[in-house]
Amino acid sequence: MDILIAGVGGQGIILASRAIGAAALKTGLQVRTAETIGMAQREGSVVSHVRLGPTTTGPLIPRGRADILLALEPAEACRYLGYLKPDGRALISTTPVVPVMASLGATPYPLDDILGYLRNNIAGCHFLAAPDLACQAGSHRALNMVMLGALTNLDLPFPAETLLAAALKLLPDRVHEVNRRAFQLGKQALEV
Amino acid sequence: MRELLIGNHALARGAWEAGVRVAAAYPGTPSTEIIEALARYPEVYAEWAPNEKVALEVAIGASIGGARSLAAMKHVGVNVAADPLMTLAYTGVNAGLVLVSADDPGLFSSQNEQDNRFYARMAQIPCLEPADSQEVKDMVMQAFNLSEEFDTPVILRLTTRIAHSYSLVELGDRQEVPLKSYVKQPAKYVMLPAFGKARHVVVEERCLKLAAYAETAPLNRVEWADRRVGIITAGIAYQYVKEALPGVSVLKLGLTYPLPEKLICDFVKAVKTCYVVEELEPFLEDQIRAWGLGVIGKELVPREDELSSAIVARTVGSQVAAVAPELVAPDLTAVALPGMRAPGGQRAGEGPVPDARETTTAAPAELPGRPPLMCPGCPHRGVFYVLKKLRLVVAGDIGCYTLGATPPLQAMDSCICMGASLGVAMGLEKARGADFARRVVGVIGDSTFLHSGMTGLLDMVYNGGTGTLIILDNSTTAMTGHQDHPGTGYTASHQPAPKVDLEQIARALGVHRVQVVDSYNLETLERAIQEETAAREPSVIIARRPCALLKKEKEAVYAVSPANCLSCRYCLDLGCPAISFSDGHGVIDPVLCNGCGLCTQVCPGEAIRKAGEEDE
Repeated sequence: MDILIAGVGGQGIILASRAIGAAALKTGLQVRTAETIGMAQREGSVVSHVRLGPTTTGPLIPRGRADILLALEPAEACRYLGYLKPDGRALISTTPVVPVMASLGATPYPLDDILGYLRNNIAGCHFLAAPDLACQAGSHRALNMVMLGALTNLDLPFPAETLLAAALKLLPDRVHEVNRRAFQLGKQALEV
Repeated sequence: MRELLIGNHALARGAWEAGVRVAAAYPGTPSTEIIEALARYPEVYAEWAPNEKVALEVAIGASIGGARSLAAMKHVGVNVAADPLMTLAYTGVNAGLVLVSADDPGLFSSQNEQDNRFYARMAQIPCLEPADSQEVKDMVMQAFNLSEEFDTPVILRLTTRIAHSYSLVELGDRQEVPLKSYVKQPAKYVMLPAFGKARHVVVEERCLKLAAYAETAPLNRVEWADRRVGIITAGIAYQYVKEALPGVSVLKLGLTYPLPEKLICDFVKAVKTCYVVEELEPFLEDQIRAWGLGVIGKELVPREDELSSAIVARTVGSQVAAVAPELVAPDLTAVALPGMRAPGGQRAGEGPVPDARETTTAAPAELPGRPPLMCPGCPHRGVFYVLKKLRLVVAGDIGCYTLGATPPLQAMDSCICMGASLGVAMGLEKARGADFARRVVGVIGDSTFLHSGMTGLLDMVYNGGTGTLIILDNSTTAMTGHQDHPGTGYTASHQPAPKVDLEQIARALGVHRVQVVDSYNLETLERAIQEETAAREPSVIIARRPCALLKKEKEAVYAVSPANCLSCRYCLDLGCPAISFSDGHGVIDPVLCNGCGLCTQVCPGEAIRKAGEEDE
């Protein structure tokens, strides 16, 4: 299973990809990931490649091959949509992070067009107001945990509890409660 | 036991297992995590050196002293360390010495994408290239053995996708390698001309021995499959070849200098068509062609940017598919339709991703670009805001503050390499005169100043320059993830250390005009910059505030009072990610705001107040 995680530097994408990797490892799957570290982490567009299963292949997911696109920001979902396979599924946080140059009016941020495009062009497209749920859980910084919780509804090769445990292991004890709540809220948001 | 490790952590683990005792580095993406991980092993002395040259020299001393040692740096760091490296190649080692060069094809966080395998060839020392984390661990252990067996330093070359990719690694125990005895050997270690001349002969002999070893080295292997197509490859490119062309024969080189001539000749002759697939320069290809062998390489595979399985499929794969389609992964060669356009600031390989799917709705014409930016509360922001306002020529340097070049601040005129700001400012003055120097400043971070900025300042003092240097002192090496340096008061293993005083350094170098100002106070910043640029002697302004990301407690945030907002958008000129504009007034995101207060200082309408402060 190939999962592409896209978003904005500072949203906790590296932790999300490490948690998925650790959960897969715990389940006995092979794992390869590739992450953006360095300058782009400063509010730039970032992406993590997570590949689970037999690994005779490299760490980068080829375009048109990802099973799941996990996007923490709608414009970033659109930017990396080409990585998703035609029948792939996407889980997208709908709250925009508006770049400074868009605030200045130097570049457009057509949110409605972007959401419409995503909705109409992804077979299994799930939208989530993830920052609201994170705040409800107690911290805006738990956005990544909301998304991971929601992701467990997309037939991952391991149980939700394994992913939660793997993620919490990467976080300091004092934020476990908030993150546990965020994960559960995300999980419930997509359960039908 | 198996663990999921990034290449850099696998490297640290392998070095530890191989009994490394001393390791030194200067932080640089994508190499930084190596020393961070080694510093956690109690058996290893690991340090942040002020720069890569010193780091390698420390490793050389440790090797002469009998301890297995390692120096790690990013590709451009090897340029700084090239001076000791070229002579280290002559002296050889006592205990094993490995130089890790972490190259950055695709320039994820670098100023160029040079191919450091050429250093191995220039120094005539072995170069090893692993293809995943397990190979990183195995190869660093082999590198120490090779280093001792052949009395040579060894370059272990990583690239970003190796250094920062997770894959499974089998862990082993530490091998206790006893300290070798220290023997005084001037003919080996004192490179006077006479001794150097003799050692050059040793280097040439060693190179022949290494080339003979390469023929049967387990580091190189042939994976026979269909013999109509053969591919010679190394490093991460091997992974892309296996994914894009699963059916072809592959010669995977782990030792990429010196090359095994016979092994390669035999391979090329055994296949009908032979390709060379390597990232960046035709390093393997040129040497193979020099033996008169016909191979296809860079006429297909791009020299610039990083590779991917899709690029391998589209280039070599398309040619192979014409004769043997069954050897190629079918869906990777599919031609993608043009997709959305993403303007500026996007990496070439990752920007607009063509979308091959059938679409029912027109794609948004443009996606907002999202170049990296200074963080909310970044102490560099105010300095660049003032530099832009004063329309100064800014000779920049390497660090987070290089982002001062991006819109809307756009207050940087040059950025070449670590420490270049001062020399460039000096050259501008000597080219255009002292009056022009009234409009020029150099800007450099605290860590970069200690790395290689001091000599530039010394030059300005010594040679009668009258320029101004602004040291952006955020008390850390921020861009690479907050590593300590000689000015922070802590070592790589978080032990207290003497803290050098930047002000005293500037004065000791002969600068009489030194001011320390608060980076969050625009008025004093502007006054200081005007005063110092006007002065007809060298001057230093230390703009001081710790990196916003180091703050433990969040400061009280600011908010816009819509009633007082003049809709002038001046606050947006700061380029702060926390500030946006909607419904005719500025808006500050309380989650992102870091409480630096720059926006209140630029607001002409007194519309921005600290949250909780009462209206008058």
